[in-house]
Amino acid sequence: MPQLFIELFSEEIPARMQKRAEDDLARMLREKLNARGLAFAQLQTFSTPRRLGLCIEDCPDKAADVNEERKGPRVGAPEQAIQGFLKSAGLASIDQAEVVEDKKGAFYVARIERAGRATPEIVQEVLPEIIRSFPWPKSMRSGESDLQWVRPLHNICCTFDKRPVKIDVAGVPSEAKTWGHRFHDPAPIAVTSFEKWDSDLRSAKVVPFRADRRSYIEGCIEDECASRGLEWVRDEGLLEEVVGLVEWPRVIFGDMDPAFLDLPGEVIRLSMRTHQKYFAVRDPKTGKLAPHFIAVANVDAKDGGRAIAAGNARVLSARLNDARFFWDTDKKTPLFTEERKAKLEKIVFHQKLGSVWDKVERVKALAVELCDVTGADRALVERAAELCKMDLVTETVGEFPELQGQVGRQLYLAELASPSPLAGEGGVGGASGASSAKRAAVTPTPNPAPQGGGESIAAAIEDHYRPLGPNDRVPEDKVAVTLSLADKLDTLVGLWIIAGEKPTGSSDAFGLRRAALGSVRTILSNAVRVEMARAIDKALDQFDRTEGNLIAAGVNALSDVQEFFADRLKVQLRDQGKRHDLVDAVFALGDDDLVRIVARVEALDAFLKTEDGANLLAGYKRAANILAAEEKKGKGLSEADLASPIDAKLLGEPAEKALHEALEKALPAARAAVEKEEFGQAMKALAGLRSPVDAFFDKVLVNAPEEQVRRNRLLLLSRFREALSAVADFSKIEG
Amino acid sequence: MTNRPPPRCFQDVILTLQNYWAEQGCAILQPYDEQVGAGTLHPATTLRALGPKPWRAAYVQPSRRPKDGRYGENPNRLQHYYQFQVILKPNPPDLQQLYLNSLVRIGIDPLLHDIRFVEDDWENPTVGAWGLGWEVWCDGMEVSQYTYFQQVGGLDVRPVSGELTYGLERLAMYVFGVDRVYDLPFNDPDSPYPLSYGDVFLENEKQQSRFNFDLSDSEMVLRWFGDAETQAKRLLDAKCVLPAFDYTLKASHLFNLLDARGVVSPTERQSFIARVRDLAKGCAQQWAESQS
Repeated sequence: MPQLFIELFSEEIPARMQKRAEDDLARMLREKLNARGLAFAQLQTFSTPRRLGLCIEDCPDKAADVNEERKGPRVGAPEQAIQGFLKSAGLASIDQAEVVEDKKGAFYVARIERAGRATPEIVQEVLPEIIRSFPWPKSMRSGESDLQWVRPLHNICCTFDKRPVKIDVAGVPSEAKTWGHRFHDPAPIAVTSFEKWDSDLRSAKVVPFRADRRSYIEGCIEDECASRGLEWVRDEGLLEEVVGLVEWPRVIFGDMDPAFLDLPGEVIRLSMRTHQKYFAVRDPKTGKLAPHFIAVANVDAKDGGRAIAAGNARVLSARLNDARFFWDTDKKTPLFTEERKAKLEKIVFHQKLGSVWDKVERVKALAVELCDVTGADRALVERAAELCKMDLVTETVGEFPELQGQVGRQLYLAELASPSPLAGEGGVGGASGASSAKRAAVTPTPNPAPQGGGESIAAAIEDHYRPLGPNDRVPEDKVAVTLSLADKLDTLVGLWIIAGEKPTGSSDAFGLRRAALGSVRTILSNAVRVEMARAIDKALDQFDRTEGNLIAAGVNALSDVQEFFADRLKVQLRDQGKRHDLVDAVFALGDDDLVRIVARVEALDAFLKTEDGANLLAGYKRAANILAAEEKKGKGLSEADLASPIDAKLLGEPAEKALHEALEKALPAARAAVEKEEFGQAMKALAGLRSPVDAFFDKVLVNAPEEQVRRNRLLLLSRFREALSAVADFSKIEG
Repeated sequence: MTNRPPPRCFQDVILTLQNYWAEQGCAILQPYDEQVGAGTLHPATTLRALGPKPWRAAYVQPSRRPKDGRYGENPNRLQHYYQFQVILKPNPPDLQQLYLNSLVRIGIDPLLHDIRFVEDDWENPTVGAWGLGWEVWCDGMEVSQYTYFQQVGGLDVRPVSGELTYGLERLAMYVFGVDRVYDLPFNDPDSPYPLSYGDVFLENEKQQSRFNFDLSDSEMVLRWFGDAETQAKRLLDAKCVLPAFDYTLKASHLFNLLDARGVVSPTERQSFIARVRDLAKGCAQQWAESQS
């Protein structure tokens, strides 16, 4: 069957938009062609900086014929109705319609038989629609045209069955032509088929498919590195971007002045990545960066790329010189200075929440309170809190904002490792824990680092921002955990309750969801035993609660925030494959200790997978149904009944005696185990109820004729239900 | 293309670009005599981008960025430098090729160097302007900004102008293989009195940096800002838009001076920018009305 080929040739499309554009083009064309009766299987897209397009192999040459019956008005209906019908059915006169009788009388029916339209005609209709409504993240006009496209569009090449199809959009040329590499082979190339287009472009130094460019670049980089005994620092995002910046990739291995290697690795890597789009290279033996870089050029240079390598190396040196200037400036002082503090006092965190320094003060106070539950050293936490935002006003973070936290950590470590210029101990080398503590003691900082805690403080400075997303690691050091929780709680509580910046389904400008989920992950992975309601309350304590500062919904807001955390935990558990009904069954108990909640869910999950567990659940349902049915009939247990003990004398049947005995044992055992948070043990204790319950339902008639006996049996079932409630609300469990 | 020898010094680059764009039908203008932060702010670009009348111009514009000064100590950063600015309205369909030819004329061989168009959306909030385009890279170095204007002064521009900005010092440093801006040959190196960029500008960088960072009297500058703003408003009220635009430019530069002294808090910063933007929008609107 014939082939449909489309290439939209334009000026350079931003790299980050190309892949999405391929998908959008494929989706829109498929929808529109299908809607017009053109079905096909294979569709292949492509994009380079200068082109976007696709090919459909085996595209029918016309749409399916249409056979349709359309019911019209009654015979004798007003002229207006008849005319409307003729128009909509495409008939010239009413004689062309048939008359059909049914119970209500005679009416007109039009039988519409339309031969399917030719594919080129359909494409000429839909492609302009697609181009005019294409969802570029940002688009523009150029010259005197009104067409919105991502950058000026120069040609719309469309062929069907090897014949050109002219597309008419806002005067954009539409010729069956393409163009090769901008510099190597700029002459036009006639386009007939997809295969020939592909091979012609490759001879004209354009690799039209992303996957081909990508694997070629990867292969070249790996070869270049392997031959030197090095490895590249893989960076998927950068690779994808580079693939979108070149049509004819050429990997350039360049040298960097080794003197720059004393800069923090992250600073070097980011200079390369953000400003230059280079890959970094490291020595696999030491794991440290090697003095090289890898650039991907878009040209087969006449000199084999020497000038390009040299030029890029010079640009990188200039960049790193800048970075070094910033880094050296920052290193001249300890991390904490009054000047930096003063700057933080001037940066507004949120209009209603004061400056960044105000936030530091709150976080510090809250973090100290949290030490009880995290087990962190208070003095270390205080110090880390004072230091954690200092790097925001450093030159290096000003240049590389994504290094916040990391720069602070490096500066702090550098401060510990070298004599502080302000300490008046210049020239003293080496850095044992003791001497660094001594030096820190004479720096003009409010709270010197307690001995030996430097690593913890450093970790906290960097990691209090973590986790930055679902794939980022969570803090592990106790000081870092404490600070991270305090920072996130302060953000959440402050923005939500005090500032009223509650997140909505569609907008979460301050990243409160991420902060809550990050806290949940941190709490769970470090098994921090904190009651969320208390923690939230303590966070709120750091604000002025008195001066009408709480927003109108203040009271509810507190529980809203708590629920927000609970919801994040639910999402997290569901993502781990935990059944949502089990999660609900545990949450129904009203616990707000996240670690305990998870332990319960896990024990419950494991228990219900055993035969005993499944049967016990069935027994629970049966018991609950009976109790509910009796209640409905108005013959349920009264409050007084529920409070009274089971009357052992009334237990006649062996099966009910057995259940009673089992309950007497299981209930205290389960409760004791729950008390000790040994939920597996609690489940095991309950598992012992399984056969007595089964036997009870088998042998015993609950609705005994004697009222006392009946009530006693109901009470037995109610106790059984209660026993299970010690571990979860079984009524929420499905199955 | 005529076969000319490639440029050998800083001023050759300027002369070459002027000749080249003159050949493309541009009016070669001279720098605007107000202190501006970018060549775009020359009325030949900001105002002429508005309205339906065709326009082609090219000029050198000194750019003042008080904050970027480094007392003459940094090899790449200057508080006063030159931009070469080209505006073509409407942008011709082959503007990219015209631009690339200009690089060839300067001596950059696209089969020896790696020239790339890398996404860069241009925005100047103080004049309510934005456009889409690229940074043009040569071997990883940004040598130009290339923009299709979409809005100026908050108004859609029709037709669209293509704007090219060459960072002259950077471009020249690259072409001549110079690592320190002050080492650039300014005039012909074989002339009887060869001058370097440093001979011409080093002292200026030192003194202006002292002024920008240390000596400028912020209270005075603040007062001038208010005066310039008031003057611009009066002129706008009197429908005298070109002088109003001059005073808008003054206000914009005075704000940059305040900023360099570090006396503008982040919150105030937004309000200063908004004040300048209001003036610029007023100018743009009046100018656009006068053109249609």
